Amino acid sequence: MDVAFIIETIVKIVVILLVFSALAGFGTYFERKVLAFMQRRLGPMHVGPYGLLQVAADGIKLFTKEDIIPQNVVKPIFKLAPVITAATAFMAAAAIPFWPEFTVFGYTVHPIVSDINVGILYVMAVMAIGLYGPLLGGMASANKFSLISAARSAAVFISYEVITGLALLAPLMMVGSLSLIDINNYQSAGITHWIAWSQPVAFILFWIAAFAETGRTPFHLVANDHEIIDGFGTEYSGMRWGLFFIGEYANMFFISFVMAIIFLGGYGDGSIAGAFQLLMKVAFFFFFFLWTRAAWPDIRPDQLMWLCWKVLMPIAVLNVVITGAVILFKLKGGM
Amino acid sequence: MFEAIAFYLFAALTIGMFTITVMTSQALYALTAMAAGMIFISAFFFILGADFLGVIQIIVYTGAVMALYAFGMMFFDTTRTLVEKRENPRTIFLLGVIAATLVVFIVISPIISTHLEARYPIEAALGNSQAIGLILFTKFLVPFEVAAVMLLVAMIAGIVLAGKKMDKSLTLMAEEEIALMSAAQTKPDSQEGAH
Repeated sequence: MDVAFIIETIVKIVVILLVFSALAGFGTYFERKVLAFMQRRLGPMHVGPYGLLQVAADGIKLFTKEDIIPQNVVKPIFKLAPVITAATAFMAAAAIPFWPEFTVFGYTVHPIVSDINVGILYVMAVMAIGLYGPLLGGMASANKFSLISAARSAAVFISYEVITGLALLAPLMMVGSLSLIDINNYQSAGITHWIAWSQPVAFILFWIAAFAETGRTPFHLVANDHEIIDGFGTEYSGMRWGLFFIGEYANMFFISFVMAIIFLGGYGDGSIAGAFQLLMKVAFFFFFFLWTRAAWPDIRPDQLMWLCWKVLMPIAVLNVVITGAVILFKLKGGM
Repeated sequence: MFEAIAFYLFAALTIGMFTITVMTSQALYALTAMAAGMIFISAFFFILGADFLGVIQIIVYTGAVMALYAFGMMFFDTTRTLVEKRENPRTIFLLGVIAATLVVFIVISPIISTHLEARYPIEAALGNSQAIGLILFTKFLVPFEVAAVMLLVAMIAGIVLAGKKMDKSLTLMAEEEIALMSAAQTKPDSQEGAH
């Protein structure tokens, strides 16, 4: 084991942790501003220029707030739950390539912590563990609303995991590899080679399921603010609640990266222009999360289940079957 | 060196987690420890270089244990300790010891007789997931298909058992309709009482 390799890996991990923790903080600022503009308000304006320092103010508030553990909760699980959400969100980032490889002072840097050859499966699996946070937080709180939220998070998890898996299957069959770097290189020839054109159904399905996986608005049932009073977060305060928040926003960024890499060509041929395009795509997906929150109401739990099992899943299965048939005929024709 | 550290760390963690699962009388502790133990097991697959199986272990068991949580939620108040009724602790202990010894014997016997060799050794040219696909669809095609048919049968049985009133949605019905429907039933609905 090379010392340089160990140091490089540790530096990468620290950079990813710092950048995405900060981005999660700024994510709340973007969200409040975007929502405000769409509702013809100004949003945060008082702290700093255009309210930019609101993030710092919120951070100080969260860090210095008293850490309350209510009576009758199951203490160890209650303390563990927010850590699971935040930690798994960052663990998932280990297999995501954030930037094409570049050379600094003759030393080639691969901006991915570990290029395992089952990258995309690993990312989705570890992100899925993140849903244990709301589940455990809700079940450990001695609170009816939290328990309802926990039940919903279990239901959402079990159903939408199926959609993500089936939607991913079709593009993976075309690429023939599970590594995100291979998937990116498959589309490196330019915009016409993006998988979004050859697999539009899988793209839309995965996009819909991404909202469920991150618990964003049309599927915000896990912590429905107006119906079950922030669900699993009801009993939490201070930084424990803040960890749930960081986890949610980091997950939004990471799933945006995954969607941009799988369906919209990623960083393309690896030039600087391609790298900036990747960031633009990620920014678009992140903006879309906020846009949807401003434009759509939440749907009911039974509508969510209906959508999953009676609409999305049959479409996803059909998509996989058709893709398989086409690939098979192409193989036959080629031979 | 890293492999040894990782192995002993995850071995200790896995054993610790499953010990909690067995020993505790708190449903929430048991379930959480089991989920954690199942996820820690995936580390052994990663150490052995079987990345694909490691990730599948995580995916399958997070989902499976999540379903167990749903049952736990329905049957117990998970924030309270459960008082178990143990009528014959000696019999349970004896049976437990016999079962554990048998499992250890079954796992160790091929190592003792030194007949441990790979029937289908790893092909260096193939990736992890390709190798598994190749083995599954050539050498083990029949067991694989039989398992698929069994799962299909279980799924259809589940739909038949659970789907009796699937065309009606209680959420969409008015209160009077629900009252009419429950009055029309010959058997009164089993009350969902507090436990």
